[in-house]
Amino acid sequence: MAENAPDLGRRRFLTATCAVVGGVGGVFAAVPFFSSFLPSAKAVSAGVPTTVDISKLAEGAQLIEVWRKRPVWIIKRSSESLAALSTLEPRLKDADSLIEDQQPEYCKNPTRSIKPSILVLVGSCTHLGCSPKYYPEMTAEDWDSDWKGGFYCPCHSSKFDMAGRVYNGSPAPTNLVVPIHRYVDDNTIVIGEEQEAA
Amino acid sequence: MARPTASSAPGILGWLDQRIPVVDFWNTHVGQYYAPKNFNLWYYFGSLSLLMLVNQIVTGIFLTMHYSPTEEGAFASVEYIMRDVPFGWIIRYMHAAGASFFFIVVYLHMFRALMYGSYKKPRELIWVLGVMIFLALMAEAFLGYVLPWGQMSFWGAQVIVSLFGAVPYIGQDLVQLIQGDYLPSGATISRFFALHVIAMPLAILLLIVLHLAALHEVGSNNPDGIDIKAKKDSSGKPLDGIPFHPYYTVKDLFGAGVFLCIFAFVVFFQPTFGGLFLEHDNFIEANPLVTPALIKPVWYFTPYYAMLRAVPDKLFGVIVMGGATLILFLLPWLDRSPVRSIRYRGFWSKVLLFTFTASFLILGYLGSQAGTETNTLISRICTVIYFGFFVALPFVSAWDPPKPEPDRVIMHE
Amino acid sequence: MSKLNLQFVAILTWAAAALALASSSPASAAGAACLPFGSIQVTATDVPTLRRGAQLYFNYCASCHSLQYMRYGRLAEDLQLSEEDLMNNLVFTGARAGDFVTSSMPKGGRGNLPGSQEWFGVTPPDLSLVARSRGVNWIYNYLNAYYPDPSRAIGWNNLTFPNSAMPNPLWELQGIQEHVVKPQSGDIKADAAQVDCSPNAFKKVSDGSRSAQQYDKDTRDITSFLEYVGEPAILKREAYGVWVLLYLSLLTMLLWLLKNEYWKDIH
Repeated sequence: MAENAPDLGRRRFLTATCAVVGGVGGVFAAVPFFSSFLPSAKAVSAGVPTTVDISKLAEGAQLIEVWRKRPVWIIKRSSESLAALSTLEPRLKDADSLIEDQQPEYCKNPTRSIKPSILVLVGSCTHLGCSPKYYPEMTAEDWDSDWKGGFYCPCHSSKFDMAGRVYNGSPAPTNLVVPIHRYVDDNTIVIGEEQEAA
Repeated sequence: MARPTASSAPGILGWLDQRIPVVDFWNTHVGQYYAPKNFNLWYYFGSLSLLMLVNQIVTGIFLTMHYSPTEEGAFASVEYIMRDVPFGWIIRYMHAAGASFFFIVVYLHMFRALMYGSYKKPRELIWVLGVMIFLALMAEAFLGYVLPWGQMSFWGAQVIVSLFGAVPYIGQDLVQLIQGDYLPSGATISRFFALHVIAMPLAILLLIVLHLAALHEVGSNNPDGIDIKAKKDSSGKPLDGIPFHPYYTVKDLFGAGVFLCIFAFVVFFQPTFGGLFLEHDNFIEANPLVTPALIKPVWYFTPYYAMLRAVPDKLFGVIVMGGATLILFLLPWLDRSPVRSIRYRGFWSKVLLFTFTASFLILGYLGSQAGTETNTLISRICTVIYFGFFVALPFVSAWDPPKPEPDRVIMHE
Repeated sequence: MSKLNLQFVAILTWAAAALALASSSPASAAGAACLPFGSIQVTATDVPTLRRGAQLYFNYCASCHSLQYMRYGRLAEDLQLSEEDLMNNLVFTGARAGDFVTSSMPKGGRGNLPGSQEWFGVTPPDLSLVARSRGVNWIYNYLNAYYPDPSRAIGWNNLTFPNSAMPNPLWELQGIQEHVVKPQSGDIKADAAQVDCSPNAFKKVSDGSRSAQQYDKDTRDITSFLEYVGEPAILKREAYGVWVLLYLSLLTMLLWLLKNEYWKDIH
């Protein structure tokens, strides 16, 4: 029984080929398993747009709605609060809303809204996610003797103005998020749907 | 202070080897583990069993992420996996088909042992551990089948748990203890879930480790049943042995490839396998008020179910059914043949094994059909033949003159 | 070939036979139902068929029978419908796209206001999984096997699902067919054995809005739709399978070459 010397080159080639082809298959096989981690249809369907009726919203009042399981605030601002917004600029981290992710294009304005009087914000502090409290009155507060109205987060003392813009000195890095929303008519907002291009 | 032991391996491997004996382990169990060179088709099923174990564990982990072990949520959560979870349907089908393929592979693996006498001295412990794995697998499969909480899940649980009611005196209390309620319910689901996901898999893993350790201690049998360690070369290696790596690693990889082709065909083209792997009635949510017209267990339990039904008395039926599995433990001591492999046993030994196998398969078919008079009669005959195998074996194996065994293994393919 | 390989082949043959036997009954084997129109092949992957089936289902069935595991949004995606098409043609309950297909019929029963439990004696079952439990043959036959039966309160009976509480939902499409009963001898067993389980058991007495061919197609479409609803993954499953099998065949062939190359050493 004569033994031919093993063809090492062929063996290495075949082993390498099998390893590569097998590896590729392994990656493809892993895809379904890792994909199963993605939000399921159930989670996605819970994120559908929410329609809100603001016909009864009084000045200074705050409506809390739910969208994608997060609180969304709808606030009717007084003209005094609106007027005070421009005076606060030196005290803010991002007065001109330059950071793109925090608001849609159509809310990149001084009032961070579509209609000046109605503010729509996701009520989740951009620091670590607590829900800040609403302090609309323009009186002296413990954290600010010259408080012009806005939001104060009890967890780590971040402060936001009446347009959701974050104050200097706050641990929160960015302005509160304005969600995509649009007006069906003057009294109805749909949160979670884009404003049509004007 | 202990110094790291010197290692001949370079680099990171050497670092590791000085602290945990990886190189020795590799050599003993893979690189220089000498296995007989004449392994045939029947020897693929051990490694394929390991492959299916990995499949069940991996798919099982991902199913557990989405399944709800509650009475209200169980059935709906399975549909959630099938529809809402991205690729959930692939994972579910692989797990369900995988269970059936696991049993196909394990039954064939056990049949190999019967044919080649792999349970005979010095491999009795490997066989005993193997039978324990088989029993653990049956328990695991039963527990898992209850979880989807379909009609078959519920009524199957009802029937099997009520078997424990056959125990004299404490029967009814035992049934309520097991199911945690007056009938199978949410309490049953949650405890079966814990057993199925954690307790049984751990037990099975431990048993498999011991099974392989026992195997490696004595070395593998082969289709000719002769001892390859009897003929060694000058360096102490068996003349008819070859190192497991690369020869059997490469061969088992090929075997896995063929197997996966068949497995993938089923998963993607016939996932319910005509109702054998995923039963029709289990797509109806469990209803304690309505019993399906035909209750039968999954196909891999049908031989034992046929035996249970064949016996007219409840307690005795349970004893017969249980006995049919437990009697497997005795096999190494019942077989008195001087040769291992069926290749060198006499004609009557072959007849005995053939009728045993045939009766088991017929029982399997009958267990899936309604219990008509004819079916019951044939089941009874086959049950007698099944047990007859074990009763006859000591006599036939001792008396039936064997053929002369070869000196060296014979390569067939 | 050694004797043992023959034995293996024998076992494989037996297994294949058992499989063929088992797969010939696509639904619950017990007490085989009367299927006068035989078995059918469904095309649950053909989108136009599914659309027609969906339209029929939502117009004639959905008011009573929910599809509780099916989401509208998924239907729209799989049937390639725009949201507008979905809302106009399929959604009559004010549901949103992410919601499940529920029926608006009150269920009744203990503790609730009167509903289907009180009116029919049974709540119309959810049909999400009916194609997986009863099978497509049963559904198709059932939809075609209605006949008027004056002895029953609802006035209808069905050869495939005898004495159910369900009237014929599609009679306006199908028209009316009488059940041709052979002369009864009075012997219950003999009479039962006489039940003709074939299309000859029916005689059409009045036409519906659909011709016989059209109605047959309608029932096939509904059946295909229900097969899809039972397993939405069916749309993609076989396509994926082809790729997976091609890949695995390739890999197995490479492994075969690798195995042979190493085993040249062994004699």
